[in-house]
Amino acid sequence: MDSRGNRLAEWVEGLGRLTLLAREALASLLSFKVAWRDLLFQVYFVGVKSQSVVLITGAFTGMVLGAQTFFQFHKVKMDTATLAVVSVSMCSELGPVLTGLMVAGRVGAAFAAEIGTMRVTEQIDALRTLATHPVDYLVVPRLMALYIALPLLTAESIAVGIGAGYFVGVYLLGIEPTYLWYNMLKYTNTSDVVIGLIKSFIFGGIIAMIGCYKGMSCGEGAEGVGRATTEAVVFSSITVLITNFFLTLVLGQIFQKV
Amino acid sequence: MIEVRDLNKSFGSHPVLEGVNLRIEKGESVVIIGRSGGGKSVLLKLLIGLLEPDAGRVLIDGENIVPMNERQLLHVRRKFGMLFQSAALFDSMNVAENVAFAFRRERSLPAQEVARKVGEVLELVDLPGIEETKPSELSGGMRKRVGLARAIIYQPQIVLYDEPTTGLDPVVSDSIDQLILRVRDRLDVTTVVVTHDMRSARRLGQRILMLHERRIYAVGTPDEIFESKDPIVRRFIEGVSDPKDHLF
Repeated sequence: MDSRGNRLAEWVEGLGRLTLLAREALASLLSFKVAWRDLLFQVYFVGVKSQSVVLITGAFTGMVLGAQTFFQFHKVKMDTATLAVVSVSMCSELGPVLTGLMVAGRVGAAFAAEIGTMRVTEQIDALRTLATHPVDYLVVPRLMALYIALPLLTAESIAVGIGAGYFVGVYLLGIEPTYLWYNMLKYTNTSDVVIGLIKSFIFGGIIAMIGCYKGMSCGEGAEGVGRATTEAVVFSSITVLITNFFLTLVLGQIFQKV
Repeated sequence: MIEVRDLNKSFGSHPVLEGVNLRIEKGESVVIIGRSGGGKSVLLKLLIGLLEPDAGRVLIDGENIVPMNERQLLHVRRKFGMLFQSAALFDSMNVAENVAFAFRRERSLPAQEVARKVGEVLELVDLPGIEETKPSELSGGMRKRVGLARAIIYQPQIVLYDEPTTGLDPVVSDSIDQLILRVRDRLDVTTVVVTHDMRSARRLGQRILMLHERRIYAVGTPDEIFESKDPIVRRFIEGVSDPKDHLF
């Protein structure tokens, strides 16, 4: 019971520290003190370097979703509605969530490992002695980079997913292309795209904050860095999935999807 | 001037410092000695606000830094330069970028002026022309010199050294000692050195403070400390272990 109580206390304390870090980062972000060179590098690292992961994830998700939807819809002669299902799913759910999860694995882990290594080798203390706030220098450019890059990556993933679904539907499954495309446009609303982009923006903040927090609070030595990296990926992935459910409910209400 | 009053620090249930009092005058050169794990580096980090004490006050030029938050501390830390035990160079940057870090962030000087200052300070630490080298290509002694160059480039009033000769051979250690003295004399800075290298302590300190059992146990000039008859001080200076001590 004691050990469970301690773990709960540690978890609550961690949540409090993460909230304080997020507050500090947002205050710094709003003061526009960011170093543009560092921001540009992080946007390159998050955006350009994640291209292959995001393209492959988007394409194969769209293809699988297209094929599965066709197998079911074909039974009720609704073949041409296949791409509409792919499109709506990719825009509001699969695009932002799967892109978020892939970026959490690649970028969240890299943030935690890099900042964690800086912590255990006293480089963060060195920053502080050089009159530099670690949040300004380490957290804010990464947070901004994810705010900028993740919605763009998500949009790219959605577009590639729909394109891949179209390709599978038309060239492999023989669906009539005109009605396939027409139905996709008919049943996909602007609000689906907007919901996906809002979600990805929020997921960007979650991945950046958890990755940076885990790095800045990591334990000593290689073991500490390893654990921080693992926890960054696990916690940000789980948080993305849980947050997605609540965002679906809230944004669904706001955009009156029900 | 640095003044510490009734400073306590513990990690979890393990107390490291209890009721530490000390005062370091402007321009003075002080060496803090003591056993490994005895809280020397912790004390040094408390002086610059890298750690927060459980109780007590740390006054820098009469200003108590203990209640300050991280942003307020940035202003106080401009008075300090610090050389870390591992040098703590930023491994993603080359030597010039490391040394000029503070200026690059502030963008207060034109690039040519920054490059000139980097060249000057690298010359002072006997490493001219290595601006483009990466930290991973440097030896232990060179890393410490670059770390020192980075600490002194913006001419701080106080320089803190955390175990500057640990892990270096006697010849390189001697050159680092000479460098610390050169920096002290040329820049007229207050110097605080944490070490358990007794040769360095004798050479660098105008005053030596010995930390023992969480407190300042002995204070004196190098001659007074090295001629002390106190058994604990003697054992430390001569490097003799006590069978009753738990060393590991």
